[in-house]
Amino acid sequence: MISLDINGKRYEVDVPPDVPLLWVIREHLKLTGTKFGCGVAMCGACTVHVNGKAQRSCQLPVGEAQGKTITTIEGLPEDHPVKRAWILEQVPQCGYCQPGQIMQAAALLVEDPNPSDEKIMKAMEGVLCRCGTYPRIMKAIRRAAKEVKKS
Amino acid sequence: MRTSMSRREFLQKSLAGAGLTIAMSMTSSGCRLMGGEDLKRDMAMMFTPNAWIQITPDETVKCILNKSEMGQGVYTSLPMIIADELEADWRNICFQAAPAGAKYVDPGFGMQVTGGSTSIRHMFEPLRMAAAAAREMLVRAAAETWAVSVKECQALQGKVHHAKSGRSLNYGELCEKASQLSVPLNASLKKEDQFRLIGKSMSRLDVWDKVNGSATFGTDVFVPGMLYAAIGRPPSYGAKAISYDESAAQRVPGVSKVVPIDRGVAVCADTLHAAWKGRDALQVQWEKGFHADLNNETLEKDFLDHLNKPGARAREEGDVRNALRRAAKKAETTFVLPYLAHVTMEPMNCTVYIRPDRCDLWNSTQNQTGILQLAQKITGLSADQIHVHTTYLGGGFGRRVEVDVVEEALQLAKATGKPIKIIWTREEDMQHDFYRPGNCCKIEAGIDGNGQITAWSHRIVVPSIFTRIFPMMVRSGVDPAAVEGIVEPYEVPNIQVEYVKIDTPVPVGFWRSVGSSHNAFTVESFVDELAHLARRDPLEFRLSHLKGHPRARRVLDLAAEKAGWGKPIKEGRGLGIAYHFSFGTHVAQVAEISANEKDGSMKVHRVVCAVDCGQIVNPGIITAQMESGILMGLSAALKEKVAFAKGGVESANFYNYDILRIHEIPEIEVHIVKTPEKMGGIGEPGLPPIAPAVANALFKATGIRVRRLPMTPETVIDAMRKS
Repeated sequence: MISLDINGKRYEVDVPPDVPLLWVIREHLKLTGTKFGCGVAMCGACTVHVNGKAQRSCQLPVGEAQGKTITTIEGLPEDHPVKRAWILEQVPQCGYCQPGQIMQAAALLVEDPNPSDEKIMKAMEGVLCRCGTYPRIMKAIRRAAKEVKKS
Repeated sequence: MRTSMSRREFLQKSLAGAGLTIAMSMTSSGCRLMGGEDLKRDMAMMFTPNAWIQITPDETVKCILNKSEMGQGVYTSLPMIIADELEADWRNICFQAAPAGAKYVDPGFGMQVTGGSTSIRHMFEPLRMAAAAAREMLVRAAAETWAVSVKECQALQGKVHHAKSGRSLNYGELCEKASQLSVPLNASLKKEDQFRLIGKSMSRLDVWDKVNGSATFGTDVFVPGMLYAAIGRPPSYGAKAISYDESAAQRVPGVSKVVPIDRGVAVCADTLHAAWKGRDALQVQWEKGFHADLNNETLEKDFLDHLNKPGARAREEGDVRNALRRAAKKAETTFVLPYLAHVTMEPMNCTVYIRPDRCDLWNSTQNQTGILQLAQKITGLSADQIHVHTTYLGGGFGRRVEVDVVEEALQLAKATGKPIKIIWTREEDMQHDFYRPGNCCKIEAGIDGNGQITAWSHRIVVPSIFTRIFPMMVRSGVDPAAVEGIVEPYEVPNIQVEYVKIDTPVPVGFWRSVGSSHNAFTVESFVDELAHLARRDPLEFRLSHLKGHPRARRVLDLAAEKAGWGKPIKEGRGLGIAYHFSFGTHVAQVAEISANEKDGSMKVHRVVCAVDCGQIVNPGIITAQMESGILMGLSAALKEKVAFAKGGVESANFYNYDILRIHEIPEIEVHIVKTPEKMGGIGEPGLPPIAPAVANALFKATGIRVRRLPMTPETVIDAMRKS
């Protein structure tokens, strides 16, 4: 049995420890907001927070996630400034990569509440979007940063 | 999102007097509206629930949508059309994917399919007719309730008002009574100045689902008792399995079955992880395949060899040979373009559950009709026993018109007797695509003493997409996709376009903007070369060949003006312009770039886009689709090329087939030209002009003319040596 702390809830799962965290989150626990895109940590669709840091869950064996605090898109509050900015800038198109984008952006703003454009690009360049929502992602992160500063 | 409605649920809601349902029957001569008694009669006979608009006493207005949402915004713009014509309160609008069935076919295609940038164009009128009929029924229901004349009643934002008495009734209060009325077949449509939603940037109805992670894609479907399947696939085209270790796969905990199918050897297991491990354990030995020597070099040689073969005549106007002989100046060039992968972020996947009297399929598909037909064939069940549940699509771009993964899931569900879920790995997705065809072309043109083009001869070598998918579209040996956009709408008196079909083992399919994705590059690059040859400004040169095309001129002028065409720009930078007409829409783009001539690297700083798509439904979505087309086109222009080796596809994942990343994007500005013209498409037309705009800007900045894509640093350096 592997014990996981996800979105403030405790889960016991009976899976081999080498199964990537992504598949446990998605296929066992059915928290399907976290997506599979490449399996080699090159697209960022599977990004979750592990102890507050953005991490690719497709490359993290579930055994190593034990004892750590995991947050998925479902665990990010609905009124989170990043989610709100995403709505206001009408970022999503197909939407598949967006949970990964949002989780990466939320982690960035914790690390640097006022990132420069260069810093935003550096933080976000590992998360792919085939629909080309990048210009709106830039705008949404700038907007969210402003909101964070205000509050 | 709920993506399906059972027949029982539908019957309960629509026939038990619980609201107003408007149905339509799509026929080749147009659509027929139904409701009330007609609908009840029709329902008794038909197999598929047929509802397009449902108004229930709780005030909900449900739009049942026959088009797939793949990012292009149809789950917002189609409901906007309904809500506006219905005079519904936008806040009460919800939507649901239509089931697959004959009643939901696209009236223009005769199939239930999403593609060709047609969703709004094909559905605008039928949806308005259905909504207008519902509106008139609600008004009549109110008028009868109050015993007043219909003329004294007015529908307004979810209510019917009677101004004289100050009374009003909500649609929810009226829907049951309205459902008893006969459906007016010629309800009057709103005038354009009465539109309340159409023409406005309404917020996307799917935006919350897609921000909080609740949007259900194909990969997010679960069926109790299902098995996951992973398929070992041949590394080269045509290769069959010689041997595999079934018992090794069976020893992996969780693996239950090994099943050879058409496309390889499948391992079915309780978990995806076990299915993958089982597949690895198979250690399949493959034949070499029937094209074992296929690689980048052999393919390119094959394409270039075909340039010397005669082709089918696609267009012939005037006398090109004679005009070329008499030209003051001539130019001749060959372009070579690569195969491209779709790379939808959601890899191919499908879930299928077959029972003795019923088959359910969950798929992120663009092609419900294709699935329905395939499922009938494989299961032997009838159309009414097959239930296709369309989920959100994690990107489509034409890839999801194909039903290959659905076929695999059906074969395995049938073989195992269990529900089957397949999720392809990125490697499977990239190596087993139906690619944008590679192609090459030779263009010869002549200009007269005034610098006007007098002759254009164009021979293109490209595999045929339509031959496999819609062979009836291929006429006199010409695949319409192969030659689309050559060299329209430029006014050239002598034109010859030849199509040389080439057959290779590499499967090809529709890729966003299809033939325009390559022909815009070659035509617009060569127009630029000719402008240079004529010593004329590329913008002025284009305009002078578009005298009878005011819409084309207008987007060119607008893009140029907003980009600062002709004004001084930063040292080392260049502006390039390109124009293309596709899917009924005119688009011009100006790119501003700089390049490092030492290492061949390039930076695209800014793209200004002007679009004229005629009548507009949602300008916000139009802008988003232009941005989307520009960035997918830029990704292809700068980075993408499918690599082949040893008889198959070598490109496997983002480490050797990368797509555009956020640090590589330019500033993008989109300007929409508002015209009352016929509606054009919007999902695809933003893509074609960007590659030539960038290539032309590179020429302007550096004098380097690139005639090969993608414009990687190596290509640019190579082109520099040749320039």
